[in-house]
Amino acid sequence: MNEISEHDIIVVGGGAAGLRAAIAAVQADPRLDVAIVSKVYPMRSHTVSAEGGAAAVIKPNDSLDEHINDTISGSDWLADQDVVEAFVREAPHELIQLEHWGCPWSREPDGSIAVRPFGGMKIERTWFAADKVGFHLLHTLFQTSLKFETIKRYDEWYGTKLLVENGRCQGIVAIELRSGQVRLLAANAVILCTGGAGRIYPFTTNGAIKTGDGMAMAYRAGVPLKDMEFVQYHPTGLPGTGILITEAARGEGGILVNKDGYRYLQDYGLGPPEPWPRLRAMELGPRDKLSQAFVHETRKGRTFAGPYGDYVHLDVRHLGEEKINTKIPFVRELAHRYAGIDPVHEPIPVRPVVHYMMGGVHTDVSGATPLPGLYAAGEAACVSINGANRLGSNSLTECLVFGARAGRHAAALAAQHPPRDRAALAAQARDEASRIAATFIRKDTGAERVAALRAEMTRAMEEGTGIYRDEASLRKTCDVLRELRDRFPSIRLDDRSLSFNTELIAALELDFMLDVAEAVAHSALARTESRGSHQRTDHPRRDDTRFLKHTLAYRTDAAPRIDYLDVVITRWPPAERVYGR
Amino acid sequence: MTGPYRRPVPSTWWLHNRAYFLFMLRELTSVFIAAYLILLLILLYRLNAGRGAYESYLRFLGAPGMVTFHVIALAAALFHTVTWFNLTPKVLVVRVGARRVPAPIIAGVNYAAWIVFSALVAWIVLRG
Amino acid sequence: MPDPTITLEIFRYHPEQNETPSFRRYEIPYREDWVVLDAINYIKDHIDGTLAYRWSCRMGVCGSCGMMINGTPRLSCAAFLREYYPNPVRVEPLANFPVERDLVIALDDFMHKLREVNPWLIRAHEQPLSDGEYRQTPDEVAAYKQYSMCINCMLCYAACPVYALEPRFLGPAAIALAQRYNLDSRDQGRSQREAVLSSEDGIWDCTLVGECTVACPEHVDPAGAIQRAKLASTIDWYKRVLMPWGGR
Repeated sequence: MNEISEHDIIVVGGGAAGLRAAIAAVQADPRLDVAIVSKVYPMRSHTVSAEGGAAAVIKPNDSLDEHINDTISGSDWLADQDVVEAFVREAPHELIQLEHWGCPWSREPDGSIAVRPFGGMKIERTWFAADKVGFHLLHTLFQTSLKFETIKRYDEWYGTKLLVENGRCQGIVAIELRSGQVRLLAANAVILCTGGAGRIYPFTTNGAIKTGDGMAMAYRAGVPLKDMEFVQYHPTGLPGTGILITEAARGEGGILVNKDGYRYLQDYGLGPPEPWPRLRAMELGPRDKLSQAFVHETRKGRTFAGPYGDYVHLDVRHLGEEKINTKIPFVRELAHRYAGIDPVHEPIPVRPVVHYMMGGVHTDVSGATPLPGLYAAGEAACVSINGANRLGSNSLTECLVFGARAGRHAAALAAQHPPRDRAALAAQARDEASRIAATFIRKDTGAERVAALRAEMTRAMEEGTGIYRDEASLRKTCDVLRELRDRFPSIRLDDRSLSFNTELIAALELDFMLDVAEAVAHSALARTESRGSHQRTDHPRRDDTRFLKHTLAYRTDAAPRIDYLDVVITRWPPAERVYGR
Repeated sequence: MTGPYRRPVPSTWWLHNRAYFLFMLRELTSVFIAAYLILLLILLYRLNAGRGAYESYLRFLGAPGMVTFHVIALAAALFHTVTWFNLTPKVLVVRVGARRVPAPIIAGVNYAAWIVFSALVAWIVLRG
Repeated sequence: MPDPTITLEIFRYHPEQNETPSFRRYEIPYREDWVVLDAINYIKDHIDGTLAYRWSCRMGVCGSCGMMINGTPRLSCAAFLREYYPNPVRVEPLANFPVERDLVIALDDFMHKLREVNPWLIRAHEQPLSDGEYRQTPDEVAAYKQYSMCINCMLCYAACPVYALEPRFLGPAAIALAQRYNLDSRDQGRSQREAVLSSEDGIWDCTLVGECTVACPEHVDPAGAIQRAKLASTIDWYKRVLMPWGGR
């Protein structure tokens, strides 16, 4: 390996956070050159699948304080309040910026931005572009990024390792998929925008690429993963495929009913069903409460039984064909194609499905991690605005606000041009290339298959770290993950070639996912309370004395080391979460 | 290492798919229409050259082969016209508010105009 | 009765091992609710780990998994096995593109062309963000919305015989995206895109076969976009010729 590609900043990941970070960096300092390294072409990034919208205060009946309130109570008081304030304050600016770049936001008749209600929000503040918001946001950002000549892209390059030298992150090692070559990319700053890790579960809305690569790379470089036990189940996914049916379906007035046609959420502290629609109530409660209610409803035997597990009905028929076609056309298309029903005439079968990781790489409010030169933003990061439960439509905005922040701060650091330890970086990269070759390519012993180990991992995660958890099942999951980790070196690939070796990439992804899964399971085991999306049947109460804290998981050769960090509380002292009233 | 593989495009590509075939057929109609126009130009030239020349050309056009050609050319012209009219909604996007005027209406206007003009021509030609 | 099965014939090509491609047959369990992508994933996981293809969202929006399925360009996540059962399904990489390996095509050409058409909002004067959003009525959104739905899946290029015969042709998706910005009431950059659109390899290469529109899974209607661009370009030309002093 003789070539070193050198850049001022490397952004890993080409989704909303990554593209926003890259644009922010070159706008902050046009002399900098920025590389986007992404394992897929940027327009394939999982941002594309977000449907419902992006939250920001824009209407006169709304206020920053209301958005802060909703976000903090939604987080079950685990969000850092200084960070939430910064987020809410900068959110409108970022969404208007997207508008100025061409995002086709839906409009009011007078041409101003239209907003829709969303779960857990007291006032409607979700900007939308019908129900393909992530898609439009991603393509707007991607197409806008094309006009900056100082942004260079490495499309279909898969990052395998962060290079830390002299206490600073100075680049990454990545595989160019086309040639299979392992390359060194050096930089003054690296921003991880690699998204979440929904694929550690068997049943998820997440696309195949959501394998926690950035989280694991940071974790291996000694950076802690924060609040990993908080995994969001979206209450409405299609059974079988896990395809997302957006919360906007409920924002527009859709209802959830059990097999008796009863709006069961009223039995779980989400308020009387009438009048409807009503904000912060019933179907517009937060996602954690809705998914938990489903589990109880199933235990009572009041859900439908289907070939892909139990389900309930999401009914939007009363909205009428006209409204369904203008506001949620993608819902109609997805339900028709993948569930074989037309929501205009029939209710949609839905069940909770793994959707989002609140946790991620530990960063401060600027997106900086404890490792100098390393930043993170978007779902890959935990900054933290989402705490124990994210509110729908906060995550796209989070990608923009903290992508931009990370980009600007990385630019300021990169402009100082700290010296690079080229020889040491090259040596590290050579070692990484040898490791990959020795572990996967030049080895034809072992009997484990990637897909089989992956299936065992996802099953263990579902069994131990689902909507409800307890010590026994968590311990079992931790044991299974350790056993899988031990078996991993016996993986044998069918494909030992170089060009576009997707089996090799799948093996490296599994390697990363096992790390992320262990962080999730051990963080969940250690948190002996129930808060937001983390519900322990053996510790059913929230415990603010011991656990008004972020979990920090550090990687060791054995089980992760768990530490804690106080939550930042400013003006909103912990209180009971009240919905429905 | 041979690099990316480029698949050859066979010269029969247009036979592989009904849509491509119909497209080629439409392109082919122009040959018949061009031939018809040449015959028409010759007709004008003969008319100018005098009565005898004109009448001998009319006899030539009356031969069975030429009648067959004209029937084919008419079919070709009709095929081209119909497919073209059906495509006009793609080119002409008329909006009334947020709604697009439906394709059948745009195409229908073409057909209506066609009928009106054909009737006009028929009236001029046939009234004498 | 044995469990039903279905046969997939998959195009295989490996640049390190083959001069020319071949087809390999796989017999797999038939499931009525499986799409072709599920079948390919089954092969990858259980039979042959060497098969290379792209996929991610499996819900028809990321645009990764376009393939020729029985000769027609489709998203493999939206093509159900039951449409073909009990007959075999033939899967090939998208037509008209160079093949990197197996079902993976090279996208470089499109990525280059996309940039050529300046697919971003161009304005003479940028309004400060503090002044809020540009106003745009629902009707004005509707004027370009359809062309903004392109997921860059490349099915339209695979369906276009003009692109097959003349790879320099700008192609359906790139032109549709240029039109998407040209028709946006906030945009003022049409003249900047005109040079590329009206170039030798631009809109006038299109002979209106119309198959791009048939192939498009998002109902973008690129064929319509191209014809409208031709009309607009023609009107511009007449304006310039007939009213050289005119301006606007």
